[in-house]
Amino acid sequence: MTETQNLAGSFSPAMFAEHLAAVAHLPAWWLDRKRAAYASFAALPLPKRTDEAWRFATLAGIQLDGYTLPPPVATAALGHLAIGVAKAGKFVFANNRLTASEAISPELSRQGVIFETLENALLKHGDLVKSHLLAHPPRQGSEKFSALHTAFLHDGAFVYLPRGVEVADPLVVFHYAHGHGAAVFPHTLVIAEQNAKATVVDFFRSADAGTHFACGQNDLYASHGAQLTYLAAQTWSPTTLAFQSNSTVARRDARVLSLNLHLGGRQSRHESHSQLQAPGAHTEMLALTVADGAQEFDQRTLQIHQAPHTSSNLLYKNALLGRAKTIFSGLIVVDPDAQKTDAYQSNRNLMLSDDAEANSLPGLEIQANDVRCSHGATSSRIDPEQEFYLQSRGITKPDADELLTFGFFEEVLSKLASPALHDVFHGLIRTKFKIVPPAP
Amino acid sequence: MNPPTDTEILSAPAADDPAVNPVQGIDQTAGNFSYKMDYEFDAGTGLSEKTVRYISTVKKEAPWILEFRLNALKQFFAKPLPTHWATKDLENINFDKIRYYLSQGQKPKRTWDEVPDDIKKTFERLGIPEQERKFLAGVEAQFDSEAAYSNIKDIVAKQGVIFANSTEALREHPEIFRKYFGKVIPTGDNKFSALNSAVFSGGSFIYVPKGVKVTHPLQAYFRINAENFGQFERTLIIADEGAELTYMEGCTAPKFSTSTLHSAVVELVALKGAKIQYITVQNWANNVFNLVTKRGVAHEEAEIKWIDCNIGSRLTMKYPGVVLKGRKARGEVISIALANDGQHQDTGAKMIHAADETTSNIVAKSISVGQGRSTYRGTVHIPKHLKGCKNNTECDALLINTNSRTDTYPAITVRGDANSVQHEASVSKVSEEQIFYMQQRGLTEGQAMSLSVNGFVNDLASQFPMEYSVELKRLIDLEMEGSVG
Repeated sequence: MTETQNLAGSFSPAMFAEHLAAVAHLPAWWLDRKRAAYASFAALPLPKRTDEAWRFATLAGIQLDGYTLPPPVATAALGHLAIGVAKAGKFVFANNRLTASEAISPELSRQGVIFETLENALLKHGDLVKSHLLAHPPRQGSEKFSALHTAFLHDGAFVYLPRGVEVADPLVVFHYAHGHGAAVFPHTLVIAEQNAKATVVDFFRSADAGTHFACGQNDLYASHGAQLTYLAAQTWSPTTLAFQSNSTVARRDARVLSLNLHLGGRQSRHESHSQLQAPGAHTEMLALTVADGAQEFDQRTLQIHQAPHTSSNLLYKNALLGRAKTIFSGLIVVDPDAQKTDAYQSNRNLMLSDDAEANSLPGLEIQANDVRCSHGATSSRIDPEQEFYLQSRGITKPDADELLTFGFFEEVLSKLASPALHDVFHGLIRTKFKIVPPAP
Repeated sequence: MNPPTDTEILSAPAADDPAVNPVQGIDQTAGNFSYKMDYEFDAGTGLSEKTVRYISTVKKEAPWILEFRLNALKQFFAKPLPTHWATKDLENINFDKIRYYLSQGQKPKRTWDEVPDDIKKTFERLGIPEQERKFLAGVEAQFDSEAAYSNIKDIVAKQGVIFANSTEALREHPEIFRKYFGKVIPTGDNKFSALNSAVFSGGSFIYVPKGVKVTHPLQAYFRINAENFGQFERTLIIADEGAELTYMEGCTAPKFSTSTLHSAVVELVALKGAKIQYITVQNWANNVFNLVTKRGVAHEEAEIKWIDCNIGSRLTMKYPGVVLKGRKARGEVISIALANDGQHQDTGAKMIHAADETTSNIVAKSISVGQGRSTYRGTVHIPKHLKGCKNNTECDALLINTNSRTDTYPAITVRGDANSVQHEASVSKVSEEQIFYMQQRGLTEGQAMSLSVNGFVNDLASQFPMEYSVELKRLIDLEMEGSVG
C-alpha cells in the first residue's frame, strides 16, 4: 500500500475517486478506461536512471507530491490576455474546466464543423471521440504520465472538421493553471476528415507564479488530403513541472504541420509521436525552445514511416541561456517496405551561455533501402563571422547578437502561414529575452 | 572428450527456426569442426573463482594481479547485461558453457581436408599465402610467424620498445605497465570489460620510449599467431612523450574460432605529443559474439586514431573511445562496418573531451547486405567550462537489399558557448543511375554493385595500409556476390 502511494504521489486513489465522482455522468466506456488507466499509472514505476527513454533527464526533478485537483476559477481571476488574432472559435479552460468560450460561426456549424468541449463531445459524439481519443499509446517512455493524463482528464477541446471543409481563421484554445499546487490535464483532440483544412492553436499558461503540475496530451488525426496546422505555445510558471505528449496520424496525402514553442516551466518534457500511415502523407515537426535560468526542456520525437512514399521534416531549435539544459532525442523509424521514404531530422542548439548544457540524441532505425533519411545535430554559439560582419556595419554587439538570435528562430517561424500568429509567437519569444542582460 | 559444439554453446532456440535465425538455409555448420582435445592446462567450462585462480596460477602471476582478477570477477557477476539499450541477442550467450582458458600450445588441430571448400575458395580469392591459409583455417596451431615476430621484436627492441604479451609484460615490467593497466578502462566500465579483467590472457603490451618513432607498424598478426589467438585479449599500449606508433590487429581473412565469445580490452595511453594509430580488421566467423572495449587517453597535444573495420562475427559491440585529457589533444575514429545475413554490427565511437581546445573527428560508414543490421552508436561529451573544443561526426549508411537494416543512435552533450559540435548522418542505397551507367559500359550488375560499394568506403579504406585495403576490397567483392538479383 505504501508502495502504491509512493508511485502515485499526490495522485492518490482518494483523489482519483474524487475526480471520478465529478465526471460520473460521462459514458461508461470512458470511465472504464479511466479506471484502467489509473490502475496502470499507480502500478508503473517512475523513470529510472537506466531507462534509455529518459537518458540525460534530471529524474530527481520528477516528483508527484504536493499537487491537488484545483477548484474552479473565474475567468476574471486569470488575468487573461487577448492575443489579438482573428479567431474562428475560442475556448478558455482554467483548472480543467471551461470558463469562457466563443462559438464558431453558424455558417461553420452548418457545414458540420464541431467545436465543442471534450466533455460535451463525449456525451454527444461518443463514437467519434472513442475512436480517436488517446488512441495511440505512448512509445517514448511516458507510459506512466500518459496513464495519469487519461485517468484525470476532465475537459478539453474537441475539433471535428467534416470532409472538404476549410476553416480560415485559427481555432484557439487556452489552458490555464491557477493556484499553488494546481494539477491540470489539458487535452485537445482534432479530427480532420478528407481534404479538410484548419489551424488549431493551444496556449498553455499559468495564471499566477505558483507551482503547477501539467500533464497534457493532444491527438491530431488528418484523413486523406487533410491539411492541419497545429501550434502550441507553452508559458507555464517557472516552477511548473510539465508533461505534454502529442500524437499525430497522417493518412494518404495528408499534411500536418506542428510547431511547439517551449518557454515556461521548471522542467518540461514534450513527446511527439508522428505516424505516416499512407502514401503521400507528410508531416512537418517544428519546435522552438528558449531555455534560461535552471530550466530543463526534454523533447523526444518519433517519426514513424509506415507506408511507401511518405515524407517528414523535423526541425527543433533550442536557444540556451543561463544554466539551462535541453535534451533532444529524436528517432526516425522506417518500417520494412516503406520504400521511397524521405525523412529529415535536425536539431540546432544555440549556446548563449557558458553554463548551459545541450544534449542531442538524433536517431535513425531504417528497415527499407530505397529511402532518403538524414539527420543533423549541431551545438555552437553565434557565428563569430556573422557577428563581426554586423559589427563592422556599425551595429553594436548586443544588437547584433539579438538580430542573429532572432534570425535563428525565424527559420522556423517563417513556416507559419499566418502573419498574425507569426507575430504572436515572435512576441512570446521576445518576452524571454527582455530579462537577459546584454552580452559583454 | 569432445568440446561442446557451437550450437550447444549458444543456448539460443533451435538455429533452424527461421523466426530466430534469419540465415536459415545457409549451411551454418560450415564453420564447425570437431577435433580431439587433450588440454594440458584446461580450466574447463564455466566461470568461478576457481577458474580465475587457476588461470592466475598457470600464468605464475603476482598476487596483485590475482587480486585484480578476483575483484573483476565479482563485478562481472554483479553487473546485469546491458540489454536496456543493447540488443537482446546478448541473452543468448551461455556463460556456463564457455571455456575461459586454454593454455599455450594446446590449440586444437584439424586437417586441411576438413576445411570446407568455400573457405578454401575465400582464401584463394583473397590471395592469402598457402601457409597462412592453414593457420587461419585452424589447421596449424602455429603459423610460422615466430621468426617474423622475433624479427620485428628485435628491430624495435633496439629503439627501446617493449613488445610483449600481457603475462610477460606484467611479470617483467610491472614498473611500466602497472601504472596504466586497468586505468584507462576501469574494471567495472561494463560487464564485458569486467569479464576480460577476470580471465584475460594474451594480447600485446607495448611501451614506446620518449621521442621514439616506430617506423614499422607493429602487427599483432605476427605476434598473436605465435601463440593462442586470444579470446580474452588484453592490450595496453603506452606511447611516451613524443613517441609514435602504428599498431595493427587482425586480418581481413575470415578467422575461424572455436570459441563463440570474444571479449577484448584495449587500452592506449598517448603521453604529451605522442601519436598512436590503432588499426583493427575484424573478420570472425558468423557465430562469434565479439564484445570489445577499446579506449585511449590522449594527453597534451597527443593524438589517438582508431581505424576500425568490422566484417565478421554474429554480433559485434565495439565503440572505440578517446578521452581527450590534455590541451589540444586530438581523437579520431574511422569506422567501416559490413553486416551480412545473420550479422549485427553494433559499432561506433566515444569522444570524451576533458581539456580545452581538444578536437575529435568520427567518420563511420556502414553497409548492410541482405538481412544484415548495422548500428552506429556514439557518444560525444563536452563538459562545462571547456573552451575551443570541436567535434565533427559523420555517419553514412548504405543499404543494399530491401530488407537490410541500419540504425543510428548518437548522444551528444555540450556545455557552454565556447565549443562546437556537428553531427550528420545519412542513409542511402546504391544509386540506380550509377549501376545503370556501369552496366551500360559492360559490367554485370554484381560487378557494378561491388564497384559502387567499394567507392562508398574508398575514402576510408584508403587510410588503411595498402595490403589491408586491397584485401578489404576483395572481401567486399565477395560479400556482394549474390546480393543482387
